[in-house]
Amino acid sequence: MEWFSAFWRRPLAGLSLLATLGIGGCGGAPWNDPYPAADSHKNIYYDSFAERPKHLDPALSYVENEAEFLAQIYEPPLQYHFLKRPYQLEPLTLTEMPRPQYRDADGAPLPDDAPVGAIATTVYRFHLRPGILYQPHPAFARDAAGRYRYQSLMAADLDGVRTLADFRETGTRELAADDYVYQIKRLVHPGRPSPIAALMSQYIVGLKELGERMAADYQAMKAGPAAAAFFDLRKYDFAGARVVDRYTWEITIRGKYPQFLFWQAMTFFAPVPWEADRFYSQPGMAERNLTLDWFPVGTGPYMLTENNPNRRMVLDRNPNFRGEVYPSEGEPGDAAAGLLADAGKRIPFVDRAVYSLEPEQIPYWSKFLQGYYDTSGISSDNFDQAVQFTGRGDMVLTDEMRARGLKLLTAISASTSYIGFNMKDPVVGGDGERARLLRRAIAIAVDFEEYINIFANGRGVPAQGPLPPGLFGYRKGEAGINHYVYDWVDGRPRRKPLSEAKRLLAQAGYANGIDADTGRPLVLYFDTTATGPGAKAVVDWWRKQFAKLNIQLVIRDSDFNRFQEKVRKGTAQIFQWGWNADYPDPENFFFLLFGPNGKVEHEGENTANYVNPEFDRLFDRMKNMDNGPERQALIDQMTEIARRDGPWLWGMHPVGFSLHHAWYHNAKPNLMARNTLKYKRIDVELRARLRAEWNRPVLWPMFVVAAIFILSLLPAVLVYRRKQQAAALERTAA
Amino acid sequence: MIAYILRRVAYAVPILIGVNLLTFWLFFFVNSPDDMARMQLGTKHVTQAAVEQWKRERGYDRPLLWNGGETGWRRFTDTIFYEKSLRLFVFDFGISDSDNRDIGYDIRQRMGPSLAIQIPGLLAGLAVDLSLALLVVFFRGTYLDVWAVVLCVVLISISGLFYIIAGQFLAGKLLRWVPISGFGAGWVSIKFIILPVAIGVIAGIGSGVRINRTFFLEELGRDFVRTARAKGLDERRVMIRHVLRNALIPILTGVVVVLPSLFLGCLVTESFFGIPGLGSYTINAIAAQDFAIVRAMVFLGSVLYILGLLLTDISYTLADPRIRLG
Repeated sequence: MEWFSAFWRRPLAGLSLLATLGIGGCGGAPWNDPYPAADSHKNIYYDSFAERPKHLDPALSYVENEAEFLAQIYEPPLQYHFLKRPYQLEPLTLTEMPRPQYRDADGAPLPDDAPVGAIATTVYRFHLRPGILYQPHPAFARDAAGRYRYQSLMAADLDGVRTLADFRETGTRELAADDYVYQIKRLVHPGRPSPIAALMSQYIVGLKELGERMAADYQAMKAGPAAAAFFDLRKYDFAGARVVDRYTWEITIRGKYPQFLFWQAMTFFAPVPWEADRFYSQPGMAERNLTLDWFPVGTGPYMLTENNPNRRMVLDRNPNFRGEVYPSEGEPGDAAAGLLADAGKRIPFVDRAVYSLEPEQIPYWSKFLQGYYDTSGISSDNFDQAVQFTGRGDMVLTDEMRARGLKLLTAISASTSYIGFNMKDPVVGGDGERARLLRRAIAIAVDFEEYINIFANGRGVPAQGPLPPGLFGYRKGEAGINHYVYDWVDGRPRRKPLSEAKRLLAQAGYANGIDADTGRPLVLYFDTTATGPGAKAVVDWWRKQFAKLNIQLVIRDSDFNRFQEKVRKGTAQIFQWGWNADYPDPENFFFLLFGPNGKVEHEGENTANYVNPEFDRLFDRMKNMDNGPERQALIDQMTEIARRDGPWLWGMHPVGFSLHHAWYHNAKPNLMARNTLKYKRIDVELRARLRAEWNRPVLWPMFVVAAIFILSLLPAVLVYRRKQQAAALERTAA
Repeated sequence: MIAYILRRVAYAVPILIGVNLLTFWLFFFVNSPDDMARMQLGTKHVTQAAVEQWKRERGYDRPLLWNGGETGWRRFTDTIFYEKSLRLFVFDFGISDSDNRDIGYDIRQRMGPSLAIQIPGLLAGLAVDLSLALLVVFFRGTYLDVWAVVLCVVLISISGLFYIIAGQFLAGKLLRWVPISGFGAGWVSIKFIILPVAIGVIAGIGSGVRINRTFFLEELGRDFVRTARAKGLDERRVMIRHVLRNALIPILTGVVVVLPSLFLGCLVTESFFGIPGLGSYTINAIAAQDFAIVRAMVFLGSVLYILGLLLTDISYTLADPRIRLG
């Protein structure tokens, strides 16, 4: 065996040394700590992301996982109060909330209570708080003579530059009203139009025309010798957004649109300095992936200092941040929950936030339990490990989770997951009584309570209409139930019996699932993206629900592109869809049923292509009203119409579950605000202690494995020696 | 040999054009430029005008392969295929469709992590497989040999995903020896590399030992081995000098051909361990329907594969002086 051991002795020794160096290099930190040992006592927040962000340009980003970063960096004029419910807007960079000034067709001012029909335009005036500074950035750097240091670079000047940190000098400047107006123009930039460009062009006066004007100039520039030049938006003026003075700007919108202020809390309307746009447009920048889409420039509490979406993204405290204070008011119960313990203290609390790429659930969950992530959601795979049901049906943490000091937070999301009937379909659609009764029968038969229990681990609330709980217009209790599908029994809604569904089906002319006109079984088609073996249980469940009425359900599964195409073209019959609120206003849900918003004819978000003139008339009135009894009455009427017609199976409102460790403070679900990192506080010492406690390496298996390895080699060594020492004749005989 | 290499390089051109055409056809058979645009634009407030704009910005508003509206060469050159795919031959990978990033830059950045896993994995795997195969061959014809082969078959039969999940559970979660997933820069990365490399080595033992055992057994029956023994050489010299050295040609075939593809990383391993290599890059691009990245990676894969085959041929001449490339 000497040959064997001699052959591999040196490489094995090298490997073991390497392994020792690698593991032992962590110093006193646990061996499995994925972070540098030096960081274990630092004020860092640890989180993860499953999918790399695609856009960090505030004009382009419209995805949740991007907002998580952007909202910490950019500051739109308004924000949602962190603690108050219902959700309430408050100034972020403004000195006060902007008030609408109504004007008639001649531009003359109108009183606040002017009728909607009389209002031709609404002007919002924004007053900026002076003294707000941008984060340090090379785009602002100037030389001794006051000239921009890095605004006239040639491609050769970027030799050796790979990241922003390679620019030695940085600078800053004060935030100005111009920057907000500049960003509004960026929404219709011809080279990279925003996803809300078309929507905002409907509201902001002159924005559409501005886009067309800029597009013509842009095309001309691209066709000429200056194709690569900076397309400067500053030279364009338009009536819809106007700078009044250094700290004041106005936005003029068509008619009355109170929801416009909600948009002012989204990063689409956050300021972007022209210097940054120009800096990144220089030759050689894009080839190094140095773009505004990847390296944002904001005034918020954090700045992106490491952007490696393939591995991790790091936000560091912005040294130029003006400072805010933690809110001192909340809703009842917040004080008792400790959410006001930091009232009046300066925020942000955390110095750095590290987000690691974690595409797979299993390692992500394990690392959370080891303490390497401060907070986590709960996937279906881990649900049983984390949550258990009490005898009364309440959900609580399991003993294992409680022993680790974990806390559970739940919140009904401002979203809805529904099943749409294509109202253009000759069988399930249309305004006829027969189709209406058919839809209603199906609505009773499809047991969403069961669906939520089986497929969502109980994490959902059966929907009674389009509005999710927590929004103005939503009614609780008996007044809020969909009485076409539910009865109010013993203080809670109970789904009507199947016999009622069968009665309605017979009334519709499909007694026992047979079409009375043709004598053939009723066959319906359900379009879904749920494909593969993993989706079999859901698909079977859907078939079973329709089979209760003796309706044959054909599942048409397809990839996401084809599915979308079917809905877009109106060739789907029954399909699953959902909506996540842009802002907490009933208009943002009822517009999903507004006729002129139909998917097939108007490319809108009304996927069912539902049209009801009375509903549309009420929506037109309701959408621009301030919250109050009159608006509530209109919402009640619209809800009743929608329930009666039943263009959707109302489905469910998902309930979000999140876990956080004992060292994580100021955790309160806020489904509208994304800029909540600044409120989070970490007890660093507790975290370091618990991590060390939870992650002590188990060493004995190492010795056992080594012993087994040595023992198993022993017979081989003995045999080898025996063979070597044996006589030639004996060996041949053997 | 230079003439041979040049000839092989020339052969590679039509192969690469064919691969490009096939990738192009397969991708656009499943997706249209409209689908790509809608995938990138999301589901909220997307209008056909926005879709058209997206296509125009990225050059997907042209016909796919043939532009009947143009004249002369432009009928061929003013197409998506010409604009997007033929540039690859000068290694101009362009900009990604989903996030406007320079693909060449990303590929260069991601090669490092892929190699950090693949090279130690290959070397350690080779070392373990060869050692165990030699050991098994040493005990040929005994019960140990039989059980070793059975064990190899069992190891081959287990899914690679199982090794990963079990390895993460055991070494990362239960025993807490190494981080479950992640990656670091520089020497810090060693602690992240140990587990995927070890899992890769263990997962490859079954097939590696079996194939190498076969190579060794084949050599063991040759006349020169009998002659070596007859000369009185001890078993160590016989095994290493004669058996191992002469089995190098088939082993080299397997090793050298995979060398270039080490750059491309491993799709599943990188995804599960959160390693920012080219494997996860490709998987993400497929999920995001990013044709620009997919075509770049397929092209790169083809080039590296052809290069691997060429290197294999060249390595034969080094391993066996009797072989001449003509």
